[in-house]
Amino acid sequence: MGGNDAGAIVPDDHDFALWEKRVDALQVITSTKGYFTVDGLRRVLEDMGEEAHETMSYYERWVVSVNQNLIEAGAYSLAELGAKMDEVKARGETYGDCAVNELSNPCAGDDDNG
Amino acid sequence: MPHDHHDHDHDVPHSHEGMSPSGHPYRQDQDTPLTYWQNMEIAIRELLIEKGITSELEIMHTIDQMDSRSPADGAKVVARAWTDPEFHTRLMADASEASREMGFDIGALKLIAVENTKDVHNVVVCTLCSCYPRNLLGFPPDWYKQRAYRSRVVKTPRAVLLEFGLELPDDITIRVHDSTADMRYIVIPARPEGTEGLSESDLAALVSRDSMIGVARAMSPE
Amino acid sequence: MAEKVRVSTMMPPGHVRTPAYLRGKTGEIERTLGPFSNPEQLAYGLEAEKLPVHRVRFTMAEVWGAEAENPADTIDAEIYAHWLKPAET
Repeated sequence: MGGNDAGAIVPDDHDFALWEKRVDALQVITSTKGYFTVDGLRRVLEDMGEEAHETMSYYERWVVSVNQNLIEAGAYSLAELGAKMDEVKARGETYGDCAVNELSNPCAGDDDNG
Repeated sequence: MPHDHHDHDHDVPHSHEGMSPSGHPYRQDQDTPLTYWQNMEIAIRELLIEKGITSELEIMHTIDQMDSRSPADGAKVVARAWTDPEFHTRLMADASEASREMGFDIGALKLIAVENTKDVHNVVVCTLCSCYPRNLLGFPPDWYKQRAYRSRVVKTPRAVLLEFGLELPDDITIRVHDSTADMRYIVIPARPEGTEGLSESDLAALVSRDSMIGVARAMSPE
Repeated sequence: MAEKVRVSTMMPPGHVRTPAYLRGKTGEIERTLGPFSNPEQLAYGLEAEKLPVHRVRFTMAEVWGAEAENPADTIDAEIYAHWLKPAET
């Protein structure tokens, strides 16, 4: 990497989308809990190859790496992941539709809510 | 031209119409079609919660904790180093301990402070990935994580600094720090002229994120 | 006098933290840190040996030769001990 001629430095600077912050948080939490190390995160990123660097964004590559590391750690199985991804996708069209969770919808399942 | 928010004090409440709390254009994600990667993130998160590995609260707290960190924290450390010679000594000896001493919850961050002088200018990079002292400065800028900066600054730092608007004479030595292992780096920029008598908080306001990475100097008082 | 060390020229595949641009180069130890767990083992979920890590300072002249902008500018990198050997003085 160091010393390669890599073109202009792009001054772009955006804030992160919520899903990206969640990927970051999942990485911090699960590595702190010992499922994998930041070295494992980097290793999977490095093994991804050139095409991933060209076609995927930073946190897209990170979610792939976090997942790979969690699979290798046995946190969940590929079958569980596949089933859950299908279930999530069926909820709707957008990220907002699909990312339902109790804390953002505190009345979900609350029978006493009058 | 890469920029920094030097005209923008985040300690003062102000409006960010159409922008996220950090003052940057907000990446809309809630209303866009679900991507495969977002699908994966939701699924992983829910599986981990179902299995009791984490919780919604823990995830939200972790996000909040990261969001609460910003370059303003590092700027306070720099301002104290400028005004308190004994703190300065402690900072140069163990920058992690010195930061904790100021009340910053930096966790396991192993920090080294490198100091700019009239003879030396420091600049930090991670050529191998994007290592950055996140727990003190918050998230790194996008350009820091991209290949252009990472590959070029170790070979032609002067040309790169020129792109950031910083021209250094030949009698100043540039030291590039490549964060290849466990340590993270914060540049202590030189204290600008004409700042005698300024309070620590006024001094901190002169210290930009970019000056703590090393691609800018601290600002001069208006 | 700072100890002079030379970076190994080996080129294994996989997760190593010694940048390619520094392999075979000679520098001076600026300070020693650690010991820290070997990332080459941590990356593969293996139990890791703890090793000293040396911050090594290289001149731009040493690293880039005639292409260096300013030969006396330096690059500092942290290198795990097993990648370094004492350099011939």
